Amino acid sequence: MLTGGMALHKPSRSQAGKNSRIMLLFIEQILNGLQLGVFLFLVSAGLTLIFGIMGVINLAHGSLYMIGAYTCATVSMASGSYWLGFLAAGLAAALAGALMEVILMRRLYRRDHLDQVLVTFGLILFVNEAVTMIWGRTPLFMDLPQSLSGSVEIVPGAPYPVYRLGVILAGLAGAVGLWFLISKTRIGMLIRAGSTNREMVSALGVDIDRLYTLLFAAGAVLAGLAGAFAGPLVSVQVGMGESILILAFVVVVIGGIGSVRGALVGAILVGLVDTLGRAFLRDFLGLFLPPAEAAGMGAALSSMGIYIVMALILVIRPKGLFPVVAGR
Amino acid sequence: MPDGFLRIVTLALVVLALFFPLLAEAGGSAYLVPSASRILIYALAAVSLNLLVGYTGLVSLGHAAYLGVGAYVVGILSFHAVEGSTIFGLPGTVEGLVSIPLAILFSALVALVLGALCLRTSGIYFIMITLAFAQMMFFITVSLERYGGDDGLFMYAGPNRLGPLDLSSEWTFFYVCLAVLFAFLLFCRYLVGTRFGRALGAIRQNEARMITLGCNVYRYKLAIFVIAGAGAGLAGALLANQASYVSPDVLHWTRSGELLFMVILGGSGTLLGPVFGAVAFLLLEEYLPVLFDAAGLELLKEHWRIVFGPLLIIVMLFNRRGLYGLLAGRPRQ
Repeated sequence: MLTGGMALHKPSRSQAGKNSRIMLLFIEQILNGLQLGVFLFLVSAGLTLIFGIMGVINLAHGSLYMIGAYTCATVSMASGSYWLGFLAAGLAAALAGALMEVILMRRLYRRDHLDQVLVTFGLILFVNEAVTMIWGRTPLFMDLPQSLSGSVEIVPGAPYPVYRLGVILAGLAGAVGLWFLISKTRIGMLIRAGSTNREMVSALGVDIDRLYTLLFAAGAVLAGLAGAFAGPLVSVQVGMGESILILAFVVVVIGGIGSVRGALVGAILVGLVDTLGRAFLRDFLGLFLPPAEAAGMGAALSSMGIYIVMALILVIRPKGLFPVVAGR
Repeated sequence: MPDGFLRIVTLALVVLALFFPLLAEAGGSAYLVPSASRILIYALAAVSLNLLVGYTGLVSLGHAAYLGVGAYVVGILSFHAVEGSTIFGLPGTVEGLVSIPLAILFSALVALVLGALCLRTSGIYFIMITLAFAQMMFFITVSLERYGGDDGLFMYAGPNRLGPLDLSSEWTFFYVCLAVLFAFLLFCRYLVGTRFGRALGAIRQNEARMITLGCNVYRYKLAIFVIAGAGAGLAGALLANQASYVSPDVLHWTRSGELLFMVILGGSGTLLGPVFGAVAFLLLEEYLPVLFDAAGLELLKEHWRIVFGPLLIIVMLFNRRGLYGLLAGRPRQ
C-alpha cells in the first residue's frame, strides 16, 4: 500500500512543479516579449514621427538601425568599452540621418509616396553594399557589457539577464523622454505646428528646414541606439535592418501613423504576440494535434501571429489604434 | 525626338524577341535563352503590377507574394507527383495544363483575401500593409518544412509538360513565355478600354469624385487587385518552371521593390512601359558587374550595387516618366 500511496502522491507533486516551471517560463517569455517590444518602439517611433510630421515614408530607416549596431560593435570591440560603442552608435546614426535628410529626403517631401519608396529602396541597396564593403559578409558577434552581464531574480526562482532588463527600462525611459519632448517643450511645439502648417511656422521666423533635419536626426538616433542595444543580443549582419523595419511597419499600422503613443502600444503588442506565439503555440497545439502536425502548424501560425493581429485591428480600426487627426 | 521613334524601338524589340533563340544560337550564345525567358517572366509580373500602380494608383509593395504563391503551387504539385503522395486528398502533377491554372487560381484567392484587408486602407498605410502581408507569406513559405523550408524545393521531375509541349526544351519554354506575355498584354489593353478599366482610371485620378458618383470603389479596386495577383501567379508558375526550383527567395520583399522599380523605370500607366523597365532593370543587374570587370574595376565588380543603388535613385529623382516617356518624346496634351 505504501507504493500505491506514493504513486498517488507523486504525480500531484510533479504536477505542481511543472505548473510553477511553466509559470516561470511564462514570466521569462513575457519579459522577452517586452524587450522585443522596446526595440520595435525605438525603431517605430522615429518612423512614425517622420511620417506623421514630414509626410515621408523612409524604407531606409532600418539601415540606421544597422549602422548603429555595426558602429557599436566595432567601437566597443576596439575600445573594450560597450558604453563608448553605445555613444558612437548614437552619433553615427545621427550623422547618417542628418546626411540622409539633407541630401535626399528633403527633395522628397513634395513627391508622392511611390517616389519616396523607390528612392529609399535604392538607398537601402547602397547602404547595405557600403556596409558589406566596410565590414564584410561575416556577421559580427558582440559581448555583453561587463557591468550588465549578470542576472537578477525579479520573481524568486526566475533569474533574468540584467542587460535585457536594462534594455526594457531604457526603452521605456526613451518613450517618456520622447513624449516629453514632443508635448512639453518648445521644440516639440514647433514640430507639431510645422506638421499642421509648414508655411505658417516658416513665416513666423522658424528655420523649418533645420528643424526637420534635427527631427530626422533624432529619429535616426533612436533607431541607431536600438541597434546598439541589439548588438550583444543578435548577430550583427547586413539585412538586419530590413527585418526590423517591416516589423516596425506592422507596429506603425497597428498604432496609427504619426502617433508615438500608438507606436508604444503597438510595439509592445507585437513584441508580446510574436514572442509568446513562438514560445507556446507549438505546445498549445500539441494538446489537440499529433506532434508532427502541431510542430508544422505551430511554426506557420506563430510566424503569422503578428500579421493576424494586424489584420484584426485593421478590420476594427482601419486607421490604427490611435489615429492622428492632422492636416493631411 | 520623333514621335515614331517609340514605334521603331518597339518593333525592333518585338522582332528581336521573335528571333532571339535563333540569333543567340547563331552567335554561339545559346546559354542566353533561359536568361531571356526569365526577363519575359519578370516583364509579365511587372505588367500585372502596373495594373495596380499605373492604372489604378494603388502602390503595392507586396506583389512578390503572388509570384511566390504561383511558384509554390507548381513546385508543391510537382513534389507530390514525384513522391507519389497526395495533397488535400489529390495527387500531385507535372502537367502544366493542370498546375498552371491552379497556380493562377490560388494566387487569385490569396490576393482576394489579402486585398480585402489591405484595401480597407489607402495611401501610405496601403504601402506598409501590402509589404507586411507579403512578409507574412514569406515566413509561411520559410516554415513549410516539408517543402524544403528555408532551402527551397527542387522539382526533381524538371519543368512541367504543357499538353503536347515539353517545357524542359529551352526554345519551347522561351516561346511559351513570349506567347503568354503577348496574350497578357493584349488582355490588359482590352481591360483598360472596358467600362471597368475606365472606372479604374477615374479612381486613380480622383477617388472622392468616383465615390460621390455612387461608384463602389472598394469592389473595383478589389477586382483589379485579384486580377493583378492572378497575373503575378501566372508569372510565378512560369518562374518555377524556368528554374525547376522554388524557394522563399521568390517572395523576398526586395523582389517586390524590384518589380515596383521595373514598372516606374519603364513608365507606369503605359502598356509596354513595364516590359521596357523589366528588360532594362534585369540587363543592368546582369551586365553592370560585367561592365566593371571589363573596365578593370575589381572592387566595383564585386560591389556593383554601390553604383546600382544611386543609379536607381538618380533615375527616380530626375526621370519621372520612365523609359517609355523618354522614347515617346513630349507627352501629347
